[in-house]
Amino acid sequence: MSHLATPGPLRVVSWHAALYRRLWRVNVLSSLVQPLVYMLGLGVGVGTLVDRNTASGDLLGGGSYVAFVAPGLLVTTTMVLASGESMWPVMAGLRWSRGYHGMAATPLSATDIVLGHAVWTTVRSLIATGAVACVLALFTDTRSWGLIPAVVAAAFVGLAFAMPLMAYSIDAEMDGGFPAIQRFVITPLFLFGGAFYPVTLLPAAVEWVAKAAPLWHGVVVARAFTTPGGAPIDWLAVAGHLGYTLLFSVAGTLVAVRRLRRRLYP
Amino acid sequence: MPFVSVPPVMPPTSDSLIVARGLTKRFGDFTAVDGIDVEVHRGEAFGFLGPNGAGKSSTMRMIGCVSSPSDGSMHVFGLDAATHGAQIRARIGVVPQLDTLDTELSVKENLWLYGRFFDLPRAECRRRATELLEFAQLTDRADSIVDNLSGGMKRRLSIARSLINEPELLLLDEPTTGLDPQARHVLWDRLYRLKQQGVTLVLTTHYMDEAEQLCDRLVVMDQGHIVAEGSPRDLIARYSTREVLELRFAADGNEAAAAQLAGIGDRLELLPDRVLIYADDGETALTETHHRGLSPESALVRRSSLEDVFLQLTGRSLAD
Ligand SMILES: Nc1ncnc2c1ncn2[C@@H]1O[C@H](COP(=O)(O)OP(=O)(O)OP(=O)(O)O)[C@@H](O)[C@H]1O
Ligand SMILES: [Mg+2]
Repeated sequence: MSHLATPGPLRVVSWHAALYRRLWRVNVLSSLVQPLVYMLGLGVGVGTLVDRNTASGDLLGGGSYVAFVAPGLLVTTTMVLASGESMWPVMAGLRWSRGYHGMAATPLSATDIVLGHAVWTTVRSLIATGAVACVLALFTDTRSWGLIPAVVAAAFVGLAFAMPLMAYSIDAEMDGGFPAIQRFVITPLFLFGGAFYPVTLLPAAVEWVAKAAPLWHGVVVARAFTTPGGAPIDWLAVAGHLGYTLLFSVAGTLVAVRRLRRRLYP
Repeated sequence: MPFVSVPPVMPPTSDSLIVARGLTKRFGDFTAVDGIDVEVHRGEAFGFLGPNGAGKSSTMRMIGCVSSPSDGSMHVFGLDAATHGAQIRARIGVVPQLDTLDTELSVKENLWLYGRFFDLPRAECRRRATELLEFAQLTDRADSIVDNLSGGMKRRLSIARSLINEPELLLLDEPTTGLDPQARHVLWDRLYRLKQQGVTLVLTTHYMDEAEQLCDRLVVMDQGHIVAEGSPRDLIARYSTREVLELRFAADGNEAAAAQLAGIGDRLELLPDRVLIYADDGETALTETHHRGLSPESALVRRSSLEDVFLQLTGRSLAD
């Protein structure tokens, strides 16, 4: 029996994929409908209001409000998705259906499981933001090739939330902490993280908090690519922003591996 | 790397599949497994018996390389478990005490995916899955979601899944707990067949009949120690008499009767629901009981079993 060994993380990905196959239709549908609702609700309602107020034109980079919000939608979508995927499912793997323990009894290691989660989260982010990008491509204001690099930037943000949260969830005693994380971290970032208006409008202290989280960095990059007739891309800045999100991903991964190893192989 | 004093490792003899020396597992201050020596030979069926909390599962988890010893050494297939966990796990099958099935997936998918964890080619996973479904009598439930299976079916699936990598060594932690008698007998038959194919079996159980049926050799554990070791027949000969007289007296009469029975047979055991008299000749003991003017509600003479050994060694009946 000679075949090229499949890397451990990819074997873990096939497990995630099998679980996902049961729900992908619902998932993709909601990935399509949700942005559509936001686009109509925010774009048409708030957008009309904002666009009439000519003074805000500069703040929004010269485009319409809808064009301003679109990359924000892309990136917040992955943030919400990747966070959710790294809380309850991780707890299930360890405590409820205990799938991680099943894998731990095979040649797979804690590192394989954590890296498998990272790869899978990226795949999921790309699927979900890909769907959002398809919706955005339906509107003239938001249609651009810049949506493609924006989707990639969003995936970076997804990972930057997924890995630290996976590390948290591995040692979380109960799922009691998860709703709190959603309420006090994810939702505030959704609202204050620069997706719907420039963070410069915020009080200085709040602005710094918003900028410290990985979300804003992804939004800035995505926006640089999607703003119609925007300034030329500053690649160094792009690398800086994405590099910053990578710090979260790498730190989260390292802690998650250590914690998971201790859990699975006490 | 913590520096631990490991006793000189004896090179495992060619037929020793598992060699544990001074194997210890501590959880904080608590010692769950306290320096046990175990050697399991290729092709044999080896059992761990013991009351709840004796340390059986902790030991099994160390053998399965999902838990690292706090002290002592362990070699499986001649490989050091401390450094070759993944290589060892690739060659063993594990049925843990608690199922780790993917309950949202189908029976078939559970088997395929587990095969993928061992990096078996997809076609091979499918071929083995078909065979194993047959083996576990789950063929007609292949597409059912695991959540909807009965407890016994889940257990059978766990066992089938543990065989997907065609292991040389199978670790079964209470494999038949929760199975109905018929399913247990089917399973014993399957395990017996695996053994005939040369698979080494290591199991824990609370069923003495299971241990007697399946195990060539077994150890009785209590509070982290091994308190006896041998074949079922050896152990019975060593720790029990040839026969046992079981007496039941009217409500609450057992204790009073026990006092009057003193001296009959070799030994007497008072259980909540009955009195056991250990004697080489049960009939004689029964006659003596009647001579003393006692009239039990029921009396039964039977051969000694592992259950009696267990009772003698751990002071606990299995029903607790
Ligand atoms: N992860 C753990 N942390 C702390 N204590 C543990 C842990 N695992 C087991 N123990 C303790 O170690 C002791 C032995 O447990 P183990 O599961 O090995 O017993 P067992 O012989 O398998 O019992 P049972 O027949 O009930 O399955 C118990 O007192 C248990 O509470
Ligand atoms: Mg146990």
